[in-house]
Amino acid sequence: MPKILASKWTKAAVFLVCLAPAGYLLALGGLEYRAQVQGIGQPGNLTGDPIKYITHFTGDWTLRFLLLTLAVTPLRKLLNQPQLARYRRMIGLYAFFYGCVHLMIWMGLDKEFAGAELWKDILERWYITVGMASLLGMLPLAVTSTAGWIRRMGFVKWQRLHRLVYGCAALGVIHYYLLVKSDIRLPLLYGAILAVLLSYRFAVRRRKAGAVAAR
Amino acid sequence: MSRLSDLRYSDVTPQSIYVNRRRFLATAAAAAGAIAGPFSGQGRAAALTGAKSAFSTTEKPTPQQVITSYNNYYEFGTGKDEPVRNAPKWKVPAPWTVQIGGAVAKPKTLDLDAILKLAPLEERIYRHRCVEGWSIVVPWIGFSLSALLKQVEPTAKAKYVAFETYYDPKAMLSAREAGIPFPYKEGLRVDEAMHPLTLLSMGLYGETLPNQNGAPLRLVIPWKYGFKSIKSINKITFTEKQPDTAWATYAPNEYGFYSNVNPKRDHPRWSQASENRLGEGFLGKGTRRPTEMFNGYAAQVAGLYNGMDLMRNY
Ligand code: HEM
Repeated sequence: MPKILASKWTKAAVFLVCLAPAGYLLALGGLEYRAQVQGIGQPGNLTGDPIKYITHFTGDWTLRFLLLTLAVTPLRKLLNQPQLARYRRMIGLYAFFYGCVHLMIWMGLDKEFAGAELWKDILERWYITVGMASLLGMLPLAVTSTAGWIRRMGFVKWQRLHRLVYGCAALGVIHYYLLVKSDIRLPLLYGAILAVLLSYRFAVRRRKAGAVAAR
Repeated sequence: MSRLSDLRYSDVTPQSIYVNRRRFLATAAAAAGAIAGPFSGQGRAAALTGAKSAFSTTEKPTPQQVITSYNNYYEFGTGKDEPVRNAPKWKVPAPWTVQIGGAVAKPKTLDLDAILKLAPLEERIYRHRCVEGWSIVVPWIGFSLSALLKQVEPTAKAKYVAFETYYDPKAMLSAREAGIPFPYKEGLRVDEAMHPLTLLSMGLYGETLPNQNGAPLRLVIPWKYGFKSIKSINKITFTEKQPDTAWATYAPNEYGFYSNVNPKRDHPRWSQASENRLGEGFLGKGTRRPTEMFNGYAAQVAGLYNGMDLMRNY
């Protein structure tokens, strides 16, 4: 297992797997293009409201990758697979990538780059404000995700900055909770997963602190 | 408003396409039935046509495929692509009856066949605006709700009409899962309910309603947000007091009793100034358009609200 995880081929495979949702979306888009523009095949590949479908699809994957990023360290420790750490950066960057696509779809396709309406939504609609805060929070993390930046900042400082990712995930869950009309089951599920990941972290911390105190 | 007068029937899908589509549907349904087993033979569309109506818009109807696969019907799932998967499995109870009572001289329970005989069927092509900011154009089949309501002779006490959707806990989500109270309830003022534009619909695109669109009969109130147009009605009650309605009960600060389409009054989470017209353009490109007061039916219905503050009575 450690050997497989250390292989560069495994890393390439994981890279492609993370790209699969985007590929799937592109394929559906291709089918829809054929149907709508070239008149081949049935339309409706992206449901009756393609913009909403793509927005929801990319939003879902942003949140899933964010939570997956947070799950890497607990899994690494629980399964005793130190090599898993090699994947955290990539998965985190994928969260940022899907988040950026999510934002671009909203700005470009949904609002058709209508500046005033964009600002109004960002400032007045709480769920948009919160979503924007989440993505903006991910920006410095994406920028400083390289080994070079860890060296430059020093590991302790870097690690402290990157704890922001918990805040981003929490804002992502709140964004989702705020935007559903009445069925809160999925936002609650994501919230519960985040709570489990957070409590694992606190448990580890408390044990460390306890170990220090006992010394 | 010239919209209502200049109907061009050529804008509507020609009959030959209906017929072909129906043949296709019949084949598809037969094929599906062979696989679907216990659910075969249900939710199959039958022809239902109506005379053209002066109330129809000249706008191009949204493709049938979009209208019948993108639905808000929370009893069958809260995602808009869920009802098309879940609702067809529901067996519409037969005979379907509608119980009409409350402040009326002659309470009645009518079955679907009796209701269908009350007035000649019309095809009415209406704009339909969802509170979520999207819109479609639907060729409904039905007649004015007033034809049904007159049967029971409402008394002077009747100020409002309450409607209820059939609720079958075995086939549908629980209120807890959906987050809104079931059975789904809606309501209108009597003058709104009796307005000729208010449609009792049993079909669309020349066929009986698919389950996900509210079979076997539903309301269509084209100047109000879509959730007012209650589906699968089995109970109607005339009341003295304003009845409770599902969404307004769930979140009174977001959804009001009237819920008239109003581009000036934003929903707390969505602007209502514009809308996306579904089924047009690749990825909806270029389909955003301004929303009109009363969804473009102001000439017909604005008079119902004379002297009312529509920003407060949203
Ligand atoms: C950058 C600013 C953002 C904007 C403007 C934005 C906007 C939106 C919009 C307009 C919707 C659809 C709302 C509706 O259906 O009415 C949505 C859904 C969603 N967004 Fe965002 N969002 C942003 C950031 C994020 C981030 C950072 C995440 C994840 C951490 C996220 C996760 C989601 C999820 C999970 C959904 C719902 C998906 C579903 O219903 O299946 N969004 N967002």
